[in-house]
Amino acid sequence: MTTSIVERVGGATLRHVEYVGALVIQLRNALGALRRTLPLVGNRYRWRSAIHQMLAVGVDAFPMVGIMAVCAGFILAMQGASELRRFGAMQFVVDLVTIGFTRELGPLLTAIAVSGRSGSAFSAEIGSMVVTEEIDALRTMAIDPVEFVLAPKFLAALIVLPCLTVISSACGILAGGLFMRLSTDMALSVYLRYVVQSIVLRDVMTGLVKSLAFATIIVHVGCLEGFRVHGGPDAVGRSATAAVVKSTFLVILADVGFTAIFYLTGGK
Amino acid sequence: MAGAPAHAGTEPVISVRDVVVSYNGRRVLDGINLDISRGETMVLLGGSGSGKSTLLRQIIGLERPQSGRILVNGVDLANCRLEDLKKLRRSIGVAFQNAALFNSMSVEDNVALPLREHTRLEESTIRLMTWMKLAVVGLAEFGKLSPQALSGGMKKRAAVARALSLDPEILVFDEPSAGLDPIVAAELDELILGLKRAFNMTVVVVTHEMASAFRIADRMAMLYKGSLIAVGTKGELQSNSHPRIRQFFDRVPDKIADTGALDEYFQRYLEGGSV
Repeated sequence: MTTSIVERVGGATLRHVEYVGALVIQLRNALGALRRTLPLVGNRYRWRSAIHQMLAVGVDAFPMVGIMAVCAGFILAMQGASELRRFGAMQFVVDLVTIGFTRELGPLLTAIAVSGRSGSAFSAEIGSMVVTEEIDALRTMAIDPVEFVLAPKFLAALIVLPCLTVISSACGILAGGLFMRLSTDMALSVYLRYVVQSIVLRDVMTGLVKSLAFATIIVHVGCLEGFRVHGGPDAVGRSATAAVVKSTFLVILADVGFTAIFYLTGGK
Repeated sequence: MAGAPAHAGTEPVISVRDVVVSYNGRRVLDGINLDISRGETMVLLGGSGSGKSTLLRQIIGLERPQSGRILVNGVDLANCRLEDLKKLRRSIGVAFQNAALFNSMSVEDNVALPLREHTRLEESTIRLMTWMKLAVVGLAEFGKLSPQALSGGMKKRAAVARALSLDPEILVFDEPSAGLDPIVAAELDELILGLKRAFNMTVVVVTHEMASAFRIADRMAMLYKGSLIAVGTKGELQSNSHPRIRQFFDRVPDKIADTGALDEYFQRYLEGGSV
């Protein structure tokens, strides 16, 4: 019995270590292939594919990310206001919403939305390609599947996730302004002046660095789940679910790490 | 059947030596030896689970054996560097069982893909070459369509056109007749024969369709439970007395262990009783 528990724990640990190792190897290969995806210096077909991915991952996600951020902005402002007004400190709602979105909610909400939309789509697309032997066909044509399939998605996500994060933060902050206008008659221009005073470049940079890390996690987990599909269409479905669950979990885990690092290195 | 000889006087372009492949402790290929000569059509025959598709994946370098060597044009696929493997792959065209065309691209873009990836040709030249490859397989007027708009037989022909795009020395087919009606399957056989006559390629075909195999093969290799049980010309295999070959050629099913129970089941079923 003891042996079986040890075996199980050992087996699970090895599987997780192997999974992280596979992610790292895939990331290294993708970084090598990224240069060939760039415009002018790379392969023009990869860049064209990256643009398609930017439309799918970024532009198509914009309404969803925007609405989520507006709702979260309202929620944060309302929750903050319900406590802060007891102390007559309503103006701190502006700080709460501004700092909350630039540092934390902007990148996190965007990553969760993109993970649900695109992480699952990446794994389903690649998983289907595995099942229909398209990945094998690429390899027999001496085309690297990581460069052909993954690198354009990676480049697209690295570009659009920071953009979506900025949009998400802006939507959340504007929602806070709308709430303040409705609840305290604070003019939007006054609200925005407070916002500008609250925004610190370091917070914005923190959010953008996080969004780059989240983009990397979402693309690589989604694609690895796809490449690992074995069997038929049911395996493709399972891989899409696993991609969303694992990437969302890893995004939150990475967020904890980043926030701890920024906190310990002097972020207020 | 070890070291099955290649055609007399011709150098083998593919040499398989003592290849062993296991999955989860189960031997799928057990010491395979096979030579395929330049310019010949070798058909790998065998039932489901015989290891013929695994052997094909080894020959095209998609998997590496646990032991043994696979030499293609003198390059050992089991031990070569990835760069050498990539270079070699450009001389091998593969038509997959389900065509494996990219649905996100048109048929002509599928065929043009290897040219765009591996050559620096002008786009106009690539278009012309793509049109020629499609014309060879009789699909010149279907280039603009999506692969989803093609019938099963047309998809397979488009896959052949893509396999031909870099003018390979070796052309490999995985189950070319699978899922096709006899007329379309026969057309594909004629296409394979025509390609071989026109370009003098080495052709390797995996199939279990006997009619197709007899039509296109110069030599055949029969696999059974991961071992090669016979290699030879059509005549040699037809006259081979190996019980498994006879069973395969004569389409005799394996004996069902408990036929009595099965007969009883059918009897009760036909009588409308509870089964």
